[in-house]
Amino acid sequence: MTDTFETDVAIIGAGPIGLFAVFELGLLDLGAHLIDILDRPGGQCTELYPEKPIYDIPGLPLVTGQGLTDRLMEQVRPFKPTFHFNQMASSLERLPDGRWRLTTDGGVSIVAHALVIAAGGGGFVPKRPPIAGIEAFEGSSVHYSVRRMEDFRDKDIVIAGGGDSALDWTLNLAPLARSLTLVHHRDGFRASQHSVNRMREMAADGKIHFHIGGVKRLHGAEGRLDKVTLAGADKTEWTIAADAFLPFFGLTMKLGPIADFGLNLHENLIPVDTARFESGTPGIFAIGDINTYPGKLKLMLSGFHEAALMAQAAFRIARPTEPLRFLYTTSSPSLQKKLGVA
Amino acid sequence: MKIIATDRVGVEHTVTGRDGWTLMEALRDGGLPIVAECGGACACATCHVYVDDAWFERLPPRSGFETEMLDMAPAFETNSRLSCQITCTPELEGIRVTVAPE
Repeated sequence: MTDTFETDVAIIGAGPIGLFAVFELGLLDLGAHLIDILDRPGGQCTELYPEKPIYDIPGLPLVTGQGLTDRLMEQVRPFKPTFHFNQMASSLERLPDGRWRLTTDGGVSIVAHALVIAAGGGGFVPKRPPIAGIEAFEGSSVHYSVRRMEDFRDKDIVIAGGGDSALDWTLNLAPLARSLTLVHHRDGFRASQHSVNRMREMAADGKIHFHIGGVKRLHGAEGRLDKVTLAGADKTEWTIAADAFLPFFGLTMKLGPIADFGLNLHENLIPVDTARFESGTPGIFAIGDINTYPGKLKLMLSGFHEAALMAQAAFRIARPTEPLRFLYTTSSPSLQKKLGVA
Repeated sequence: MKIIATDRVGVEHTVTGRDGWTLMEALRDGGLPIVAECGGACACATCHVYVDDAWFERLPPRSGFETEMLDMAPAFETNSRLSCQITCTPELEGIRVTVAPE
């Protein structure tokens, strides 16, 4: 099942730069759909440092990652962008009429005049522990998220990590599991105190096992895990039965299928010109941390500027017969009407 | 100051660290495969290194933030550090580190 949407511009990445691109496109009456692998807007700002202060946004002496995202969402609201969250851009094709069809792994297909890649350092994907042969078990016995708890009933589960995901799933899966073992490298957690207390109670009652250490090796065949070897803080090793392993070490950024879009990447970055911020492929733009050009600075400041120039170029592609009238929001009644303030 | 850094395939590199800059910057600018996704904000654990035991003891201890962020490093060892949290100083001349697996 594929849902197809038609719009002016498809944007990969709903971080600060993708959001501001919606604003700049909107001023030119260009609509946008955004896709993001995360479940909410903000990209790195909300995923990596929602609470950390940012001091280098013009006019905002201090704003947090979450605060900036909230303000950008407010700024783009008049333009009614459509968000497709929890989706990864998986393929791109050029249509006979010159437009692009961008398809996601979640069955969304967006047909647009231009594509804007504002994907920062790439899509956020779970960190994979560096354990030999782990790939072979992924999807069958090694899981980076829990889709259906019922799939874990009567299993011998090993969970690794010390954050909220590790603790929450320890608490939630323990009642279903045949056995549950939590391993973490220290006797301290980066999780809510309530969850930590609850986990310790369950360990004290023998309902789960908690070990300080790490998972060293996986054993099994044909994608089916049957044992894992753990190592304690003193490096002693032992092996326990396990048919499910859930590592929770947070997310990292990977370029993913964008690498196959034919954009002549340079060290995982997309080279662009500095007048339009267009890649070597006409109609495909790259703005923010994912692009490269002489003098590039990885600052949100630069990305915002790139978004404005990209929008001018995208207008000429999406509206080839219309004149581009450059207006200021301060003085233009038509822009103020779009912004809902006039 | 000189830093002796071993990459992920075991090759040793000598890179220069400027006083007051971070070890992460020195390694990254020296061509080591340090991602440092968050740009040195102690927010991602992708500048993870192992510090040779002799040097580990001589470093200022981890902050609470660094300890918590190391929870997100899947290949933690007792000598793990986030290189963005180590400042280059003349006392660290010759420090030996190994880039942790991805």
